[in-house]
Amino acid sequence: MALSREQIAQRVAQELKDGYYVNLGIGIPTLIANYIPKGIEVMLQSENGLLGMGQFPTIDEIDADLINAGKQTVTMASGASIFDSAESFAMIRGGHVDLTVLGAFEVDVNGNIASYMIPGKLIKGMGGAMDLVAGADNIIVTMTHASKHGVSKLLAQCTLPLTGKGCIKKVLTDLAFIEIREGKFHLIERAPGVTVEEIIKLTEGELVINGDIPEMRF
Amino acid sequence: MAGFDKVVSSYEEAMAGLNDDMTVIAGGFGLCGIPENLIAEIKRKGTKGLTLVSNNCGVDDFGLGVLLPNRQIKKIVASYVGENAEFERQMMAGELEVELTPQGTLAEKMRAGGAGIPAFFTATGVGTPVAEGKEERTFNGRDYILEEALVGDFAIVKAWKADRYGNLVFRKTARNFNPLAATAGKMTVVEVEEIVEVGELDPDQIHTPGIYVNRIIQGTFEKRIEQRTTRPSDQYETKGE
Repeated sequence: MALSREQIAQRVAQELKDGYYVNLGIGIPTLIANYIPKGIEVMLQSENGLLGMGQFPTIDEIDADLINAGKQTVTMASGASIFDSAESFAMIRGGHVDLTVLGAFEVDVNGNIASYMIPGKLIKGMGGAMDLVAGADNIIVTMTHASKHGVSKLLAQCTLPLTGKGCIKKVLTDLAFIEIREGKFHLIERAPGVTVEEIIKLTEGELVINGDIPEMRF
Repeated sequence: MAGFDKVVSSYEEAMAGLNDDMTVIAGGFGLCGIPENLIAEIKRKGTKGLTLVSNNCGVDDFGLGVLLPNRQIKKIVASYVGENAEFERQMMAGELEVELTPQGTLAEKMRAGGAGIPAFFTATGVGTPVAEGKEERTFNGRDYILEEALVGDFAIVKAWKADRYGNLVFRKTARNFNPLAATAGKMTVVEVEEIVEVGELDPDQIHTPGIYVNRIIQGTFEKRIEQRTTRPSDQYETKGE
């Protein structure tokens, strides 16, 4: 079975390490905050100017001056700091963030990512995504493997305008955990109950399968 | 006004000198920390042909979005513009010019503009539509593009507190682009929740020194919330508004 949004978040959360500063994009990545493994400390960076994002406020705690990059009301964790947008992107561009997780429309075998624009249909803007993919070394993209109509989003070459070039090395879809190396996708894990054949069928770019591919564990 | 006292008493006075076809840099992220009353004053004045530089463009009836119905904005430089139906209509119809700019690049363009740096190299946007027409250079084996700084005829800023000399303190994530915008205006106008006497703000805690600020006005604020998300107790829960 394909992973749910929550399961995708849960699997990515396994990649968190103690002491990591992490930027979580809007959508599925935001859910990862719910699955931080017990016994480790992680600090969440929100690019609008908050390091140490806490949970959502109770109704009494709501503060219009305290939001995250998704414009949701939030709280501050103990030890949080606040700064302006240039400082925030100094952290991001300067490579100080340990892990970035963000969504995408398409990813290709050369590590290109398209996530911000569908010409003629959707022009909302890149927000901080271009800075995040340019600045981070450790990026995980979360996305669905294919469209509802079965059209692959893991391509030989992205068709949409790029958010970043040659910057993606890890992709977690609802079907598989994939690494990108040497111009190819490498299948690392598959979602429980999903066969290698199903993944091959829905992956347009060249996919390397080395030996038995383990199922993800939760 | 005398000496360093920058306090003005009306919004009309605060935005005096703003004329058609000028460039205005605005602080704020989403609807958080936006200079909502200064924007309302631009609407009232009816200034047209403006180039707006702001991370976002408000929503249909609040923030910079209120300048759209009367076509006061000619061009907007922003990183994310997705919350606004009239905006989308004008953009698709070619009535509004939009220069999508990565958020970090936008912040740095303001910072550089205010700091006298005409341009800077960044890896953000290399190999994407953002790089089109821009000079590219390689440093230590990595490609970068040249981005030019931004300076506004006006900068409009929202701060929490100011003293009469224009020293500013921001509150929580309402800081965002505001301190950067404050440095990048030829005429920087700041609206605040509270004006205090000179000497009341701790010099160690001032976010923006008064040298960047030309006019200060005290206002009252709606502070609209875009996504009211709450938790019931100790659990995460999302409630869209």
